[in-house]
Amino acid sequence: MIETLAAFMIKEVRHILRDRQTLTILLLMPLVQVVLFGYALRSDVRDVRLAIVDPSPDYASLALSQRFEAAKRFRIVAVAPSMGAIEPLFKRGQVDVAVSFDPEFAAHLESHEPAHVLIAVDASDPNTGSTMQTYARAVIMAYEQELGANHPQAVQIVPQVRMRFNPTLESVNLFVPGLIALVLTLVSALMTAISLSREKERGTLEILLVSPLRPWQIIIGKVLPYLGLAFANVLTALLAAWLIFHVPFRGSITLLLVESIIYSMVSLGLGVLVASLTSTQRVAMLVALLATMLPSTLLSGMVFPLASMPGILQLLSNIVPAHWFIVIARGIMLKGVGLEHLWRETLVLVGMTLFFMIAAVKSFKARVA
Amino acid sequence: MRILRVLLRKEFLQIFRDKLLLRQMLMMPFIQLLVLSSAATFEVKTARVFLVDRDHSTMSHRLSGALAASGRFRIVDRAQSMKPANEAMLGRRTDMIMNIPPDFERDIVRTRTASVQLVFNAEDGALAGVTNSYAQQIIAEYARTLRPSVTSSPAIGIQTRGWYNQELDYKHYMVPGILVQLLTLVGTMMTAMNIVREREIGTLDQLNVTPLPRSAFIAAKLLPLMSIALVEFSVGLVVARWLFGVPMVGSLTLLFFCAIVYLVVALGLGLWVSTIVHTQQQAMFVSFFLLLVYLLMSGLFTPVRSMPEWAQWIAEVNPVKHFIVITRSVLLKGAGLTDILRPLGILAASGVIVLTLAVRQYSKRAA
Amino acid sequence: MTAPNPAPAELAIVAHNLTRRFGQFTAVDHITFDVKVGEVFGFLGANGAGKTTAIKMLTGLLAPTEGDAKVAGLDLKTETEQIRRRIGYMSQRFSLYEDLTVLENIALYGGIYGLTSPQIAERSSVMLEKLGLEDDLVGKLPLGWKQKLAFSVALLHEPAVVFLDEPTGGVDPITRRQFWEMIYSAAERGTTVFVTTHYMDEAEYCDRISIMVDGRIATMGSPVELKQKWNVPSIDELFVRLARSG
Repeated sequence: MIETLAAFMIKEVRHILRDRQTLTILLLMPLVQVVLFGYALRSDVRDVRLAIVDPSPDYASLALSQRFEAAKRFRIVAVAPSMGAIEPLFKRGQVDVAVSFDPEFAAHLESHEPAHVLIAVDASDPNTGSTMQTYARAVIMAYEQELGANHPQAVQIVPQVRMRFNPTLESVNLFVPGLIALVLTLVSALMTAISLSREKERGTLEILLVSPLRPWQIIIGKVLPYLGLAFANVLTALLAAWLIFHVPFRGSITLLLVESIIYSMVSLGLGVLVASLTSTQRVAMLVALLATMLPSTLLSGMVFPLASMPGILQLLSNIVPAHWFIVIARGIMLKGVGLEHLWRETLVLVGMTLFFMIAAVKSFKARVA
Repeated sequence: MRILRVLLRKEFLQIFRDKLLLRQMLMMPFIQLLVLSSAATFEVKTARVFLVDRDHSTMSHRLSGALAASGRFRIVDRAQSMKPANEAMLGRRTDMIMNIPPDFERDIVRTRTASVQLVFNAEDGALAGVTNSYAQQIIAEYARTLRPSVTSSPAIGIQTRGWYNQELDYKHYMVPGILVQLLTLVGTMMTAMNIVREREIGTLDQLNVTPLPRSAFIAAKLLPLMSIALVEFSVGLVVARWLFGVPMVGSLTLLFFCAIVYLVVALGLGLWVSTIVHTQQQAMFVSFFLLLVYLLMSGLFTPVRSMPEWAQWIAEVNPVKHFIVITRSVLLKGAGLTDILRPLGILAASGVIVLTLAVRQYSKRAA
Repeated sequence: MTAPNPAPAELAIVAHNLTRRFGQFTAVDHITFDVKVGEVFGFLGANGAGKTTAIKMLTGLLAPTEGDAKVAGLDLKTETEQIRRRIGYMSQRFSLYEDLTVLENIALYGGIYGLTSPQIAERSSVMLEKLGLEDDLVGKLPLGWKQKLAFSVALLHEPAVVFLDEPTGGVDPITRRQFWEMIYSAAERGTTVFVTTHYMDEAEYCDRISIMVDGRIATMGSPVELKQKWNVPSIDELFVRLARSG
């Protein structure tokens, strides 16, 4: 029995190795993705283009404008006496924020009447819109505090801030676990689905089913070589993350690798299930794509924070395996926690693997019977 | 000309007979728009705060009260020491810890200075940064209220306005981007897979043996898919309007014209992909990879201007990015032709380049 | 007819040192042969001997690494487009569109080859009648009918030369017979038929054959001549002998 299984697996491995083109794509693509996105994707807001609208410049408005100039995030691209001049810039997308002073700014400040400032933000991108607003506000309020600090009665509450798990606030630390999940899903689920359904289409699967190999052995034999490939991908991705981006690895690498294997198996199981339920290669591909890639990117918390989603989607994310893996990966890499905090998530993944595998075997048996 | 007609007939017949494909085509806009636009939001809702108040004074209560009253923060738990708070953060039960030291009120009364510790879960660095900024603003506000005479101090009144999207509604922002993604998916992936499929089956050879001009073949492949993509786009726009209330301020004719230019690029890319891969499977992988790169680097999810220089250059030649800019400008800002001249020009140029490259690459005789 | 140095106009195909290499591997190794107009020429060889590669070069699908050829009197390298107008092709893998009907496939290829609508209509009805087919989706036809249909479509535009790559693969003996009858009637009308096959018994049906072994032409001539020359009872025997020694 072992020899038959081994022979079968060797054939699968040969198959994979011989298709050089696909192999290159499978090994290279994920690596390129990790590197590319690691460098390119930043979720924080930098280089905000600022327009100053100052109808009657005075020492205070100039001082506040100075503060904006000095703030690294902002870059003053235009100064005008009225909002009208700035509007066309907004329309053409050349300005992100406009700060408009009221005409008697310094005078109002001195007489302790409210001196008004308008922050106008190009909110066609509401995400960056509200962030830019918050930062602009911060600059203004800091200036206000400065003015008031000279008052003998002024109170100062000094916040001491600690950014846990990611002191440098690097975006890449957030994305890398998600990218690894994506890479694993791609290789495991898609490849298995395609490989299996191709055998089905060609008719070679029937030969296997008629042989002494049992359905579960066929599945295992198909799945293990791709597991190897997925594992290779994880290693390269993690290496890239560590060497190039200095993503921290605070927890146990062994645990991370083990969890990656478990997650791969979930994806593989899903791929097998898809293949057993669809009739042609093309359908298998499309269904696998829809069932794995889309939920993994959107509903897993990889790109979009789950907390911001409507309740239904948050519930749905619980059946997306990638979600659990991302929690685990982030926990291990960024927080340095171990199984004591992650046992529940791990159990979920193991459960999912078993579920998909059993469902796949059952569905295969149904064909033979 | 007649050959083109004959070919187009064949393509359309094949497409309409592929029931599975048709169903997918019709369903995709709906599913994507529904799920994506609900999911795709970075809106910061409330941040969960774990309060460690070791002072229990009026002032400390007022401070934490101010935080909670802002609507952006929600106190989910309290304790007397940092240990349970840290545990909660590790266990993902809180986003932030506010640690008020035991002599808080006394320090303020005596020295007019006190400190407060804020600990943030900075896995999402950008989010933590914004939350931090907000928290500090609230703290500063509270500090101001502690002055005996509030009115005798310089005060700046801040008003804010968001242009083009009054309520900062995410859907209005994301939906155009999702529509573009849809178009790209249909355009590039379907084109690539369609042509590679003919190669895999063997009908491509049969066509290459005929006196069929290369241009006719390519046109016959691209035109039907372009029309399908445009239909999808229209359906998507209708859904966007009715279901999500996305405003359509600008000219739809202009938008469709731009869509056609964009599709030339997307389809040309699909054509190019079909010349470099051998199987449908590879076609799918490569187009998906390209799609992913284009999408993530388009500014839809992360701002382009936060990217490093070289990445911004890539984004500059990213047709997805430009079409998203165009779509948003036309739909949300009511931009006219002159306002979008630059992105449109880049798209047109890309289209010409991609198409030329792809046509050159495609040859009836294998070298 | 074997006049010395026949005028080129009587030769449908002339190949000279035709070679094709894929990296280190030489699939077709300097083959030289010619086919007369109206001949049924059998291009035999085992699977993997290089037959399909050779046919792909002659039909303009693959560029030769070395050597040259003339098809229907036109140069392969420089007059490829004109050659395409004058040849028909039936590939090894099935070449009609399964999701289109018989008439739709005919209309497609007819249009591509520049036939007028009345021409297409006329030839379609003739074809349907001859084959005894209804206008169904091609995918629904049994294999034998598909093959016969593909052959008819290859002849639709009345080409000078028609190339058939393993046309009778997987088909029952009766259908094979019918197929060869169709080949004969095409040849009688003056169409040159270049057919590759690995069924050695089909060799007997051809005017002349060549046997390819490992990319080279091991022998060439009419079946009768070859059997005499090599002293074998059948072409099958001849092939076995050549394949073993090659």
